[in-house]
Amino acid sequence: MGQGRKPKMAVWKFASCDGCQLSLLDCEDELLKIADRVQIAHFLEASRAVVKGPYDLSLVEGSITTPSDAVRIQEVRRASKFLVTIGACATAGGIQALRNFQDVKEFISIVYARPEYIQTLNTSTPIADHVSVDFELQGCPIDKRQLVEVISAFLHGRKPNTLSHSVCVECKLRGNVCVMVAHGTPCLGPVTHAGCGAICPSYDRGCYGCFGPKETPNTSSLSRWWGRLGVGEQDLVRVFRGVNAFAEAFRKESEAHERQNDQDQ
Amino acid sequence: MPILDRNSLDLLFDALKRRGFNLVGPTLHDGAIVYDALASTADLPVGWTDEQEGGRYRVKKRADEALFGYAVGPRSWKKFLFQPVQRLWQARREGEGFRIIPEEEKPPKWAFIGVRSCELHAIAIQDKVFISGPAPDSSYPTQRKDLFIIAVNCGQAGGTCFCVSMNTGPKATAGYDLVLTEVLEPARLAIGADRHYFVVEVGTDRGAEVLRDVPHTEATEQENAAAERVVEKTASQMGRTLDTTDIKNLLYRNFEHPRWDEVATRCLTCANCTMVCPTCFCSTVEDVTDLTGEHAERWRKWDSCFTMDFSYIHGGTVRSSVKSRYRQWMTHKLATWIDQFGTSGCVGCGRCITWCPVGIDITEEVRAIRETEK
Repeated sequence: MGQGRKPKMAVWKFASCDGCQLSLLDCEDELLKIADRVQIAHFLEASRAVVKGPYDLSLVEGSITTPSDAVRIQEVRRASKFLVTIGACATAGGIQALRNFQDVKEFISIVYARPEYIQTLNTSTPIADHVSVDFELQGCPIDKRQLVEVISAFLHGRKPNTLSHSVCVECKLRGNVCVMVAHGTPCLGPVTHAGCGAICPSYDRGCYGCFGPKETPNTSSLSRWWGRLGVGEQDLVRVFRGVNAFAEAFRKESEAHERQNDQDQ
Repeated sequence: MPILDRNSLDLLFDALKRRGFNLVGPTLHDGAIVYDALASTADLPVGWTDEQEGGRYRVKKRADEALFGYAVGPRSWKKFLFQPVQRLWQARREGEGFRIIPEEEKPPKWAFIGVRSCELHAIAIQDKVFISGPAPDSSYPTQRKDLFIIAVNCGQAGGTCFCVSMNTGPKATAGYDLVLTEVLEPARLAIGADRHYFVVEVGTDRGAEVLRDVPHTEATEQENAAAERVVEKTASQMGRTLDTTDIKNLLYRNFEHPRWDEVATRCLTCANCTMVCPTCFCSTVEDVTDLTGEHAERWRKWDSCFTMDFSYIHGGTVRSSVKSRYRQWMTHKLATWIDQFGTSGCVGCGRCITWCPVGIDITEEVRAIRETEK
């Protein structure tokens, strides 16, 4: 960044629960430092005051689920020099991407009294399916330390330290005893992207895969082992149909078990 | 040889504490036997044992009150000597440049209690890498410096143990200050009571000096023989075997082998095997800045040849396939390590087998390759 002018930062919301934006507000001590280094130009969750674009850094939360959002994301991209997607909705389509496996028109006809008023797409898709994205930060919600790291890296022109290996490495660095090997608890850690600091296994629970697929995830091998731990095909479908259901590796795995489950019926 | 009775072991702990040592050793935590701080022998997994198989570990109660009646657990001693996460230095911006603030590191004066023979070999291997290798480490020698080791000859083998194949156990032969063999003798019919004692062998003058502080007697011939039998029995119980005949050339001849593709369908590249391995020594460094850009830090963390980042060079990752990463790890451990450091990188502790979430077995992988050459 050039000297003198503070970079302008914007935070955008698409289909989401706002939890990832809250991670930014949750930064507390660091938030003051962030506000000191960047001009928070557009962040409706925090302030109605809006400064016009273009923006140096845009943080985008949420997925694309409506025709109007599909247009709006193009505008956000045009107004942003550096665009970072934050959270499972923005990077993978979020929990609302469960619609991608079903017939949306059928839902609408059941749920709404006047379905003709509803304008929605058949799918919930990640931001990168619509515009080019400069950096993706996975997690549901994202980890606030990682968010500060991404903003710090942006401010100082360096690569963020957000490693894409398994959660297992974080467990081992913390000294956790493996819940799957020692307790027989099914855990998605071996196929899940690091970043949370292995929260669930640290409290004796299996990983739920909130951070989405890691690099080179071998989901089918893990599923076979879960089968030996007594997890059935239908449960394997559910396991991979969480907040990252539409992330490619998890989507393919759940579809494989769905086919298997249909054959077994 | 000297012998200590069960209660004198606490006096041995006290003798070490009086000399300023921090005691660490096996203790029960979260359903596993791990190495952590010990206050007294009551912190040891008294009367506990473990069951180990590929991808499976369980603790269970023993019928007796043995203190060391189990095999090795998920944490190795490398956690203490080569820390998982460590700050190397900090830097503060000053004018146009910056000032480095080095880390002050005091020798921690560890006393390791209950180190097994395979682990002594692993420590010797890491010594070679971090102290006498071509690139001595900045921290390891400090952590290692005053280390006092009380080894234990294994009283039973685990389901994934294969130290006999690797010629690294179960009897400790070097690298300890004192080594204990735990003997439990049930009361004979009608006479006497249960006996629980430790036959001690002294490895160093320092070990002898500490032992002088603790009441002990000389072992009888029968007691020495009982200790010998303990180790012999363990050696006969190995859960796994690995044929190491010409293993270096075997693997060099088989860089291209269908088994690597097969294991790649199972390998999760999760890196657990390398994290639990007592000899794996790879690390990465991370440079971080704070938001102001006035302060920077360099951190070192354990790394693994199973991550994509590990072999990333400008333009991409060299070992992008799962096959190439598993092959790299196993071939390094069992073959190229010999060229690099003069010994195998594997000590037969079996951790990589037990703690692989899908139970991949290094001994089985070697066997599969060897069998196709027959």
